[in-house]
Amino acid sequence: MSQVTEYSEKVMDHFMNPRNVGEIEGAAGIGTVGNAKCGDIMRMYLDIDDDMVVREARFKTFGCGAAIATSSMATELVKGKTVADALKVTNKAVMEALDGLPPVKVHCSLLAEEAIHAALWDYATKNNIEIEGLQPPVNDIDETEEFYKM
Amino acid sequence: MSKFVYMDNAATTPVRPEVLDAMLPYFTEEYGNPSSAYSFSGRIAGKVHEARESIAKAIGATGREIFFTGGGSESDNWAIKGIADALRDRGNHIITTSIEHHAVLNTCAFLEDHGFEVTYLPVDETGKVSLKDLEEAVRPTTILISVMMANNEIGTIEPVKEIGRIAHEHGIVFHTDAVQAFGHLPIDVNEMNIDLMSVSAHKLGGPKGIGFLYIRSGIKITNLIHGGAQELGRRAGTTNAAGIIGLAKATEIALLNMEANTSYEKNLRDRLITRVLAEIPHARLNGDRESRLANNVSFCFRFVEGESLLIMLDRMGICASSGSACTSGSLDPSHVLLAIGLPHEIAHGSVRLTLSEATTEEDIDHVVQCLKDTVAKLRAMSPLYEDFVRKQEV
Repeated sequence: MSQVTEYSEKVMDHFMNPRNVGEIEGAAGIGTVGNAKCGDIMRMYLDIDDDMVVREARFKTFGCGAAIATSSMATELVKGKTVADALKVTNKAVMEALDGLPPVKVHCSLLAEEAIHAALWDYATKNNIEIEGLQPPVNDIDETEEFYKM
Repeated sequence: MSKFVYMDNAATTPVRPEVLDAMLPYFTEEYGNPSSAYSFSGRIAGKVHEARESIAKAIGATGREIFFTGGGSESDNWAIKGIADALRDRGNHIITTSIEHHAVLNTCAFLEDHGFEVTYLPVDETGKVSLKDLEEAVRPTTILISVMMANNEIGTIEPVKEIGRIAHEHGIVFHTDAVQAFGHLPIDVNEMNIDLMSVSAHKLGGPKGIGFLYIRSGIKITNLIHGGAQELGRRAGTTNAAGIIGLAKATEIALLNMEANTSYEKNLRDRLITRVLAEIPHARLNGDRESRLANNVSFCFRFVEGESLLIMLDRMGICASSGSACTSGSLDPSHVLLAIGLPHEIAHGSVRLTLSEATTEEDIDHVVQCLKDTVAKLRAMSPLYEDFVRKQEV
């Protein structure tokens, strides 16, 4: 099965030239989801101002082409949005913005949505804010010891 | 994308020009059905006979022990299901390994659903089967041992001769999947104690859709395809004359050049391994350093995922493959990499590069440079690498 031929041009563009790669020093919220065992980890950094607007979003991702492309698109979609609106960026929105994903890669877009939520949760917890409709993240990073031993 | 480098010769190889030339007449002018009575077809039957004899000779067998099939997977299926069915009165136990090709593993799983018991032998960190484990796995009900000659992902060469000896000491039939080995390693079925052997033409410059199963005289096996008298009635269907003649030609050329190609490929392979391990940190060679196919290189690059690596290499004109889950559509990485003890996290970052006699030193150096750039780029966006660096700093 050739992944390259199944990815849309947009997915390939966001994979080859990912937007907003990196970290944010002293980010307002950081969320890490997925696990290395399954081959996908996304970490999202959000910079949120006093008006609860996402000023900047960056990411680091370990994963396949679709994982990197959905991370890239997710950061683009939340940038400039209020926290409430950022929460409404669903995996569907990420997929549509990328002109779709192959069926086996849909889980990557779910991971991107979870990464946004995890970063927002981190922000909410740090600042003692309650964001309506935000659930605590379930998909935690699995940092198995053996990985660091090899 | 200026340069095109094909480094996936374990997946398939181009048909050699000499092979194509040998095959071409049998599509157009010499199109007769070899099974027909008239002399127009008779001379084609004669060519098929010659091809069978020459292939048999290449492995120390006789023509009556060579059964042409549609390729490697068909041969594996036939060998295992055919023996299981023919010997089911004697026992229901099969021994194989955890690193076989899916054509063997999924056939064994199918048999497990039909009342057979299968032992999947573990392998050591280089991918080698232990003879002691094999001895211990033998039961009075064991009817078949199936162990591949060389692994398709990590290139490890198995001690087939000794495995065959153990099988025969216990009166057990021995099958080997030689799809990656045939045409690349010297094979003598008698010296190596092989009863059944699967081969595919397209791994050695032959066409796709043709292969054979070697079946030692006297081995009881259920027929595969019921129909006409082709292949002694065991595998019916109109003879694929062009394919068979192509396979024979590819075999002849492979044998003639084996020594020279092996030493040429080994040299390039070792250059690739040495450079990558020296120049890319946190890289790991999978499989045995020495006892591996001359054309196989398999790496794991920590903190990166195989599919991303492959797509980036593809964009640079390099064809490679990976044991990453993302290339197979499942969540688990390659069963072979897991069997040699790699954790999932590391197995996800694998890349297989398989060379041929057409590979050049320039290709190797180009691939090394592209790997360096790509791995660095992916690590720069990997949260695992970020964490690793942070832990190192502490």
